[in-house]
Amino acid sequence: MPPVLSKPTEQPMETTVNTTTEGRPDFISIRDFSFFYGKKQALFDISLDIPERQVTAFIGPSGCGKSTLLRNLNRMNDLIDGIRHSGDIVVNGRSIYDPHIEVISLRKRVGMVFQKSNPFPKSIYENVVYPLRVSGQNKKSVLDETVERSLQGAALWDEVKDRLHESGLSLSGGQMQRLCIARAIANRPEILLMDEPCSALDPIATVKVEELIRELKQEFTIVIVTHNMQQATRCSDRTAFFYLGKLVEFDETPKIFSNPAQKQTEDYITGRFG
Amino acid sequence: MRDSDTKDLELTRTLAAPGEPFVWLTAMGLALGLIMVVGLLGVIVANGLPVFWPSKIVEVHLKPGVKNPLPNSGDTLTGELVQTREKRIPVLSATGDKIEDQTEIQIFVGNKDVNGSGFAFLNNTDIASLSEPRGIYRLERMEYGIAFAYPKSLQLADGTSVPANSPAFTQTLARLDAESAARRSEIEKIEKHDIGAINSRITQLRAKGKGSPESLKEIAALDADYQLLAAKARELRAIQAAAALIYTTPNGIERRLPVGELVAFNLPNTLDFTQKLGLFFHNIWNFLSLDPREANTEGGIFPAIFGTFVMTLLMSLAVVPFGVVAAIYLREYARQGLAVRAVRIAVNNLAGVPSIVFGVFGLGFFVYFVGASIDSTFFGEYLPTPTFGTGGILWAAATLALMTVPVVIVATEEALAAVPRGMREGSLSCGASKWQTIQRIILPASLPGILTGLILAMARGAGEVAPLMLVGVVKLAPSLPIDGAFPFVHLERKFMHLGFHIYDLGFQSPDSEAAKPMVFATTLLLILLVVVLNLAAILIREKLRKRYATGAF
Repeated sequence: MPPVLSKPTEQPMETTVNTTTEGRPDFISIRDFSFFYGKKQALFDISLDIPERQVTAFIGPSGCGKSTLLRNLNRMNDLIDGIRHSGDIVVNGRSIYDPHIEVISLRKRVGMVFQKSNPFPKSIYENVVYPLRVSGQNKKSVLDETVERSLQGAALWDEVKDRLHESGLSLSGGQMQRLCIARAIANRPEILLMDEPCSALDPIATVKVEELIRELKQEFTIVIVTHNMQQATRCSDRTAFFYLGKLVEFDETPKIFSNPAQKQTEDYITGRFG
Repeated sequence: MRDSDTKDLELTRTLAAPGEPFVWLTAMGLALGLIMVVGLLGVIVANGLPVFWPSKIVEVHLKPGVKNPLPNSGDTLTGELVQTREKRIPVLSATGDKIEDQTEIQIFVGNKDVNGSGFAFLNNTDIASLSEPRGIYRLERMEYGIAFAYPKSLQLADGTSVPANSPAFTQTLARLDAESAARRSEIEKIEKHDIGAINSRITQLRAKGKGSPESLKEIAALDADYQLLAAKARELRAIQAAAALIYTTPNGIERRLPVGELVAFNLPNTLDFTQKLGLFFHNIWNFLSLDPREANTEGGIFPAIFGTFVMTLLMSLAVVPFGVVAAIYLREYARQGLAVRAVRIAVNNLAGVPSIVFGVFGLGFFVYFVGASIDSTFFGEYLPTPTFGTGGILWAAATLALMTVPVVIVATEEALAAVPRGMREGSLSCGASKWQTIQRIILPASLPGILTGLILAMARGAGEVAPLMLVGVVKLAPSLPIDGAFPFVHLERKFMHLGFHIYDLGFQSPDSEAAKPMVFATTLLLILLVVVLNLAAILIREKLRKRYATGAF
């Protein structure tokens, strides 16, 4: 990997370059977290610790709150009117709701890939360097290097290296989603959130993205929301099962899928409901 | 039970289910709309374009005993047939039976200096025969409009004369005409540009110098320059009057026309089709490029085209940033609630306020308040002569911008709302601030929609007349709002406008018959100008749409 980029803006959260191979077991720590859309409560007292540089999958039937929780990790839900929360989410030792932390600097450290790929109507190159540009980084050598590193990281480099200045919208569906992954990792975040990243992709593209997830966990802490049980088993280390806004079970992925502690979990993964 | 069910079903199918009556109805609506648009354009084109087509000159021989509408003309009358109108009085036979409808022929007889009026009307029953004299000239003059004439001779400046029947006559006339045209533009340059510059400098010195010796000295120097230029112009004018064309009108009166007064000449009855076509386009070009003459009924309308264009451009420059910024605040920043809803309703209602109301507001606010304040702050020396404290192209553009801003706000708001949510979230998740997201993602993606708003605003603004009459449009502007004199763009100047020109020709013209075709020709041009401006905006929009297409898979 190339040397660490200089981050131009001030960073209120401390950057700990973790030297241990294991990583922090409570890198993201969700503590008694409840969340309300207006009067409707979407999450009930969730507590769970997400370990560093591992893949954690959130599964559960539709409307169980897994996406809501994911979108709270980078405070994307702030865009919605009338929301409220209690409890806390702590990333690497600091609360994301700390009034001294700017939500922008939080989002710079937490990349996100959406269910529907959303490349900007710009060139492939500009799509990838967008996070750097908004941080004020305009040095061509840095941008060029980032484009190559990120596109290689997203396993897209070989397919697009000759047409970096074509529109990002000219790519196929799977390529667009990988472009969005490249964009999400361009500014070297610590955490990568993925909200059903493969739900709109064909099987071949899905395989590619899953391979990518397994590679990316060397460097990033990944949280993935998925409806696809096989996907969770294939690429996650730990799995959390949600039901009706509550965390039912959270454990190592093999254990959840082979020997779940809760009856509800077993019913869900065996396809009896959901 | 079952039977009745099937019956019901069949009934529904025959009538409502295929929905054919509704298809017809909607098709009828569209057809009606199309017919109206085509009809509108057709009427304007049919009335406007023939103005430029050279028509034949006929000699009308009247039946004996019929009173000639023109004085001293015997029983003939020469001119162009304009139109035939039906009269309410039928032609009766001796026994009192109706033979045919009485019709009246309108003839353009020209020679206003001799005939007093440019048009004559004849009953068709009074006409014995028509003929087309080949040797008759159509002379376009600086004053008194068109003359139909039989030339006699050319009096040259050196005292010699070329008779009309000599072979060199046409050539000499053409040469003199070209020379006089060159001199005319030179005189215009001296009087408008050079002397104009001296005048404005003198006015400036008088106002700012306050009688100091240096300023008086410079004024004296400028005055000397002025005298020189004025003498040169006088000299040129004398040359313009030296050579002259001697001709007789069809009713035998001899006239002398200095070549300086001659704009163009031709022999309409000897022209073949290609020559007529050439003349047709030449006439159109003159109409587009010349200044108006004869209370706007002759010459071209270039200042009005230019004024409309510049004003619409200025209006667009003012309305787009204003409208877009307001829409961004309303859609992106303001907390959506009762207050914002009220503002939105107010903005929409503003679009329905009669345009004259904006004119009155523009006069009261821009001209009397803002303009007067600018004058007293920056142009105090010139007072009481107002600079910005009177109607001008800037205030006209500002007034129209105010009038059209609701259109831009509504269109921009819709465009902003149409940007997919995924784009915003994508940008925000990259660590972009809200403003960065708006500036880099949302605004580019909504540019096509903003341009749609601009197109609608331009279409409304370019054709508006009523408010302009209060804030700066004039019948005849002495100079263009953009010209070669420093500082090149004169926003305080009054200007001419195609819409007002139509109004002026139609209602204020001394010769309404002569002005009528010009009304249609000018209308055609106004429509063309609006179409051209819109097309330009549409082309830009299509280009942007391709570039910023927000189609995810």
